[in-house]
Amino acid sequence: MEKYLWAIPLLPLLGAGINGFGALTGALSRRAVNIIACTVVGIAFVLACLVNWELAQQAGHGGAPQLVSTWFEWIAAGSFSVDAALLVDPLAGVMLLVVTGVGFLIHVYSTGYMAHDPAYARYFAFINLFTFAMLLLVMGENLVLMFVGWEGVGLCSYLLIGFWFTDTEKAYAGKKAFVVNRVGDFGFLLGLFVLYWGLKEQGIDATLSIVGLREIVGANAISGAVITTVCLLLFVGATGKSAQIPLYVWLPDAMAGPTPVSALIHAATMVTAGVYMISRLSFLYLQSPLAMTVVACVGAATALYAATIGLTQFDIKKVLAYSTVSQLGYMFLAVGLGAFSAGIFHLVTHAFFKACLFLGSGAVIHAMGGEQDIRRMGGLRAKIPYTYWTFLLATIAIAGVFGTSGFMSKDEILAAALAANPDYTLVPGWLLYSIGTLGALLTTFYMFRLVFLTFFGDFRGGKDLEHHVHESPWSMVVPLIVLAALSIVGGLMNVPEILHGDERLHHWLSGAAPSVARVDVVGHGAEIGLMVALQVLILGTIALAYRMYLKSPAIPQRAAKVLGGVPYRLSYHKYYVDEIYDTLIVRPLHSISRVFLWGNVDVKIVDGSINGMARVVRYASDLLGRLQTGQLNGYAFSIVVGMVAILAYVAVK
Amino acid sequence: MVSTSHLLILSAVLFALGMAGVVIRRNVIIVMMCIELMLNAVNVSFVAFARQLGSIDGHIIVFFVMAVAAAEAGVGLALVIAMFRHKSTVNLDHVNLMKG
Repeated sequence: MEKYLWAIPLLPLLGAGINGFGALTGALSRRAVNIIACTVVGIAFVLACLVNWELAQQAGHGGAPQLVSTWFEWIAAGSFSVDAALLVDPLAGVMLLVVTGVGFLIHVYSTGYMAHDPAYARYFAFINLFTFAMLLLVMGENLVLMFVGWEGVGLCSYLLIGFWFTDTEKAYAGKKAFVVNRVGDFGFLLGLFVLYWGLKEQGIDATLSIVGLREIVGANAISGAVITTVCLLLFVGATGKSAQIPLYVWLPDAMAGPTPVSALIHAATMVTAGVYMISRLSFLYLQSPLAMTVVACVGAATALYAATIGLTQFDIKKVLAYSTVSQLGYMFLAVGLGAFSAGIFHLVTHAFFKACLFLGSGAVIHAMGGEQDIRRMGGLRAKIPYTYWTFLLATIAIAGVFGTSGFMSKDEILAAALAANPDYTLVPGWLLYSIGTLGALLTTFYMFRLVFLTFFGDFRGGKDLEHHVHESPWSMVVPLIVLAALSIVGGLMNVPEILHGDERLHHWLSGAAPSVARVDVVGHGAEIGLMVALQVLILGTIALAYRMYLKSPAIPQRAAKVLGGVPYRLSYHKYYVDEIYDTLIVRPLHSISRVFLWGNVDVKIVDGSINGMARVVRYASDLLGRLQTGQLNGYAFSIVVGMVAILAYVAVK
Repeated sequence: MVSTSHLLILSAVLFALGMAGVVIRRNVIIVMMCIELMLNAVNVSFVAFARQLGSIDGHIIVFFVMAVAAAEAGVGLALVIAMFRHKSTVNLDHVNLMKG
C-alpha cells in the first residue's frame, strides 16, 4: 500500500496540469474538464478509503497503525536532511477522507455551479491544484513538506478568491487574504527555525520529521521554553490559516470567491489546517501548558466574538463566514484543552454541515441570479425545496439539536471544557464552558435567523426576480443531499460514552493524538443535566428567532433601538476591526513605504546610485571625447609621444 | 670607410625628419611622402645591419617593405583623390569628420 500513497496527492496535481493546459490553450471541452477534474479526486478518495482500511488492518494486528512512503531525499545540507516522504496515521487518514470525500462532492457541485463561467478550465485547474496542496499538507511526513502544502493552499486560496479578478473588489479580497496569511506563515516559519535551532543547541541531529520529533520530545531532550516558543509561533501560523483572532479578518472578505470555493477551502478543508497541525504536533503542544492555554483561550474568544458579529450580517455568505470563524474557534478550544479527538471530530462534522450550508447558499444565490442580500429573499421554501430541506437539516446540525452530528461534536467539546485538566489548562474550565455555551446559543440564533429570513415569509426581491428563481441542476442537488444526510448521521462515528456509545473516533485517534482532557470530575448525572438544559436553551433560542423574524418582524428593529444602537452598530460594523487595522497598521505602513522607503530609500539611494553612475560615465566620456579631435596630425603626435615614452622607459630601465 | 654607426645616424635623421613632417605638415601629399621617408629610413638601417652581420635577411625584409610601401602609396593616393573630389582640398585641417 505504501507504494500507492504518492498517487493520492499526485493525481489531483496531474488533473491540475491537464486542466491548466486546457485553460491556456482552450483545447479541452467543458465535458472533458469535468470528467478529468472529478475523476482524479474521485480516485484519490477511493485510494484514501483503501489507506484507511489498511490502517484498520494494522490496528487489528496490534501496535500503532502507520504508513510511511519515502520517495527521495529532497534536501541534504550537512547533517540536516529532509525527505520527500508521506506519513499516514489514523489522524491523517481521517483528514484524507474529509479532503478527498467532501472535496469530491464539491467538485461535482462545481460542474453545475460554474457551468456558465467562461474561465471554466482555469477554475478546475486551480481547485485541483488546491486539492494537491491540501493533501501534501495532510500527508507530509515532516514539517518542511507540511509547510510546502501550507503555502500551496494559501496560494490556491488567493487564486480562487480573486478568481473573478476583473472585479477590483474581489481581486483586493484575494490580496488581503494572501497578505494576512503571509503574516501567519511568517510565524510558522519562525517556529520551524526556532525548533531547528533548539535541537542544534542540544546537540541533536536536527530532524523535522514528525516521527523523529515525537521521539526526541518524548525523551524530554528540548527545554520547555523552546517548546513553548515554538508552539506559540506555530499557533501564529494557525491563527492566520484558520482565521482566529487576531488574523481572522481575511476570511469574511474571502467570500468574494465562487461559492464552491468558500465551501471547500474556507469551510471544510484549508481553514482547518491549523487545527490539524496542532493535533499532528500534539506531542509538542502537550509539553507546554502555557501554549495549550493560549490556544484554548483564543479559540473560545473567537468562537464567541465571531458569533456576535454573525447576528447582524445581511449577506448570506458573510453570516456563514463568521459562523465558520466561530466554529473554528470551537475546534481550537478543543485542541487547546487537549481533547484532540473532539477537535478533529468537530472538524469532520463541521466539514459536513458547513460545506452543505455553503453549497446550499450557493444554490440560493444561483436561484436568485447572484443576489446575496437576505433582505431581498424570503419565502424560497416552496420554490427551491431541495435546497431548503438540505439547508434546514444542516442548520439543525450546526445548532446542535439532539442526535445530529453537530450535537455530538459540540457536546464533546463542551464536556471537555467542563472537565478540563488543570495540568494543561491554566484557566478555569467552567469559564471556557460558559463562553462555549453562550457561543452555541448565538450560533443557533443567527443560523435560524438566516433560515427564517431566507426561506420563510414573503418574497421581498420584487416581481422580476421572483420569476427567475429556479431549483439548481442535479449535479448541485445530489452533493447537497449527501452532505445533509452526513450532517445528521455523521455523529454516529463518535457517540459519547454518556449516551452508551463506543466513541469509535476517539479510540481510533488515541495513538496519533492522545487526548488528556478526560478527567471525570463531573458526575454522569450532572453531565446529562447540563446536556438537557442546553437542549432546552437551544430550542428556546430557535423559538425566539422564530418570534423575532417571522411572527413580529418589528422586534429586531425595536431591540436594536432599545439597546441604544451601540452594540448593534458595533456588531453590524464588525467591531470596526477592519478600520482599526487600517488605521493602526495598513496606513502607517503605506505612509512609511511611500514617504520613507519609496521617497528616500528607493528614489534617492537605489535610483540615485544608478543614476549617479550613469552621470559619472557621461562626464568622463565628455572629457575623453575631447581628445578625439579628428585631426590626423594630432593623433600622429600622440603616437610619437607614446612611443618616445616607451622607449625612454626601456632605455632607463 | 663608412661604418654601421654612420648609416644608423643617417637612418635616425631621416626617420626624425619624416616623423616631424607627419606631425607638422598639413598637406596630405606631403604627409604621405614623409611616411615614405620614414619607411626608407628603416630600410637603411636594415641594410646597414645586414651588411654588418653578413646576412641576407635584412635585404629580403627591405624588399618586403618596398612592396608594402608601394601598396600603401597606391591606396593612399587613391584616398587623396577621393578626398579631393569630395572636399576640394588636400589640407588635413579640413578633414575632421571623426571628431568625437
